[in-house]
Amino acid sequence: MTTKRAQKKSSPAVTSITQKTRLSGAEAPRFEYAPSVQSSDFVQIEKRNGLFIGGKFVEPKSGRYFATINPATGEKLAEISEASADDVDLAVKTARKAYVNVWSKISAKERGRYLFRIARLIQERSRELAVLETIDNGKPIRESRDVDVPLVAAHFFYHAGWADKLHYAFPGQTIAPLGVVGQVIPWNFPLLMAAWKIAPALACGNTVVLKPAETTSLSVLRLAQIFQEAGLPDGVVNLVTGAGATGSALVGHSDINKVAFTGSTEVGKIIARAVAGTNKRLTLELGGKSAHIIFEDAALDQALEGVINGIYFNQGHVCCAGSRLLLEESIAKDFIDKLKRRLTKLRVGNPLDKNTDIGAINSEGELKKIKKLIQLGCDEGGELYEPKTCKIPEKGYFQRPCFFSNVSSSFTLSRVEIFGPVLTISTFRTPQEAVLKANDTPYGLAAGVWSEKGAKIHKVAGALKAGVVWANTYNKFDPSAPFGGYNESGWGREGGRHGLMAYLDVK
Amino acid sequence: MASLVSQGERVPKTLKLFIGGEFPRTESGRSFPVYDQDSKKVFAQLCQASRKDFRNAIAASLKACEQWQQRTAYNRAQILYRMAEMTEGHREDMVSVLKSTSGVNAQTAENSIDQVVDAFVYYAGFCDKYSQLSGCVNPVNGPHHAFTTPEPVGCVDCLFDDDMGAAAALPLVASTLASIITSGSVVTALLPTAAAAQIASLGEIFATSDLPKGVVNLLTGNRSELIDHMASHMEVQSVCYVGSDRAVKEKLKTLGAENMKRVVWRELHANAADTNENLRLENILSFVEYKTVWHPVGN
Repeated sequence: MTTKRAQKKSSPAVTSITQKTRLSGAEAPRFEYAPSVQSSDFVQIEKRNGLFIGGKFVEPKSGRYFATINPATGEKLAEISEASADDVDLAVKTARKAYVNVWSKISAKERGRYLFRIARLIQERSRELAVLETIDNGKPIRESRDVDVPLVAAHFFYHAGWADKLHYAFPGQTIAPLGVVGQVIPWNFPLLMAAWKIAPALACGNTVVLKPAETTSLSVLRLAQIFQEAGLPDGVVNLVTGAGATGSALVGHSDINKVAFTGSTEVGKIIARAVAGTNKRLTLELGGKSAHIIFEDAALDQALEGVINGIYFNQGHVCCAGSRLLLEESIAKDFIDKLKRRLTKLRVGNPLDKNTDIGAINSEGELKKIKKLIQLGCDEGGELYEPKTCKIPEKGYFQRPCFFSNVSSSFTLSRVEIFGPVLTISTFRTPQEAVLKANDTPYGLAAGVWSEKGAKIHKVAGALKAGVVWANTYNKFDPSAPFGGYNESGWGREGGRHGLMAYLDVK
Repeated sequence: MASLVSQGERVPKTLKLFIGGEFPRTESGRSFPVYDQDSKKVFAQLCQASRKDFRNAIAASLKACEQWQQRTAYNRAQILYRMAEMTEGHREDMVSVLKSTSGVNAQTAENSIDQVVDAFVYYAGFCDKYSQLSGCVNPVNGPHHAFTTPEPVGCVDCLFDDDMGAAAALPLVASTLASIITSGSVVTALLPTAAAAQIASLGEIFATSDLPKGVVNLLTGNRSELIDHMASHMEVQSVCYVGSDRAVKEKLKTLGAENMKRVVWRELHANAADTNENLRLENILSFVEYKTVWHPVGN
């Protein structure tokens, strides 16, 4: 009773504050979050980082190094070796030797044991890896700590168990490893992509030469230390750092049996043509322009969080980002209002701060690209919303979360992958129209759909041309769940039993 | 002078293309002759399909795509089985064409038709089984129901080597087409020369099996003239090549990269007639995409 009375008593005051807030945001009481910065001084970074070949860190034959920077400050973190074609050749030869002499000779059980041990070491050094990832990549520590690194460990642990059970995966068929695989990964999830590539390759009995993206080599090189610690035989995994030229030397090397690439569709097509005349196997995880459909009968508050997670997770640097929001017309206005309010609450800033929702854009080049596309969206007549109250640091590469409404399928923004925190919004009237618009893209990586009606969810999920459909959720990943795209989003799947096919010769 | 009728001559069948459930002539008006084996006697004039014919076929198959995919697996199975039944109805015709154009004996010809029937029956039985064999529920770490199922890749085009024996070519064509449509994909095939004269019978089988119009389209013509278009058509998701020419494979992969086509190469070895290769689950799975669907579990 007392509480009730107290509430009643205070209600006029509450009302007046609310009214004030509506009248003028400046007068409303603001509760700033005190910074809660993850310490990073315990993470040592070598000033100069070699290539990882034959179980050792070696100087590049090229003698060339390039800088890797902290995108949140623009400051140089370390120097990374630039692997030349000669370095790549040495790495491939080393991987071949390790395949022939060691990795193809040891038992499947033993292969699994190494992977289990690697998974454990990743868990033990998880905070160090998370901090390093955040410093080099710019993603919020909350994400690297709670999403990336746990999934990295899970991928090694999951595939460790497959190593001695592969014959169950393909009953009635003979299976064999492919040999040496060349892998090229992007900068948006450096460690996680390395895990997606290395863990299944090793479990299936292959040896690896992997090239991380030039802006994010540090965490992957730290993984090499873990391989050393785990006693992984020398040469089973080799890392060559560098940019596009290093990647094409690897993809073009005559002694690799398979190429696995995650990155843009543009580069994926170049690789596909480059290996067309060879016997190399190829799997590709490429770009996307994934649709996120919200029906009027969805749990709208949950859907809103799904949309936020879908496009602003990892600064939007996600191949499966839900970058095209499709709203049922009847709820569009209200939903957009909610979205605007929600956007003002997102905190952009120091990636090491545990309160940060959106970290730094990975590089100056990417930030320029995003800004250019935003300008293009304005020029084409899109209505841009960007929360003006959102503060961003003066140094480093940052972009406020934003969206464009009233966007049609013909807009450049609806068609090209922006790879940043930029959402486009259009509306639909019927489920058929929603599906038609969602599928109106050359990509087909992922899609989201929100409705509380089970039958509708299943129907729409079935009709969407996408390799992953998140129904009443978004951006969920698991090593046991196959991931990969239709059409121009790539070839093959990663994860689960289906992902093993990419690293085995099944006959 | 005795008339054709009094001589008991049958009315010869005009061999045309099979597009969208109909039998049009090539829009190009061109034809090429097929001869009776080892003779200069023209067996028939076949249509030399043009790029436009190919594009019309793809347009027809795109129209059929959604409808075919949405049929239940049971219904697709019934229709594939019906194709086997219809093949029996055309057996006499097909044997006779095989004998005349390739010179094989009656036994070999009958055997070849048996294999066609086998292929249709085999894949009919697979329509409602392949997805259980290749799909799964994923034990994800969290409160979600996540399952992965195979879905038809979509619009496929298909080409063959010309130089295989006619008796082997026919079952190869039939089994390839059947394996593609089993999961709900649609296909446009450029028949190999060795099987080109069977286009009428094959078309009639597909046209009378309750197969929706456009699910299978058949062309005859010159592969070197059509290959670039078949490899680069932007609405084709997958191109299937049955043959042994690495240069063809390379070309398909290079041109197909423009829209990331799935190039499926069924490499032909000396034992092209090996029915084990024709009848396999993997032939179906070459033309599917895996979709993973997540849904939360909870209140």
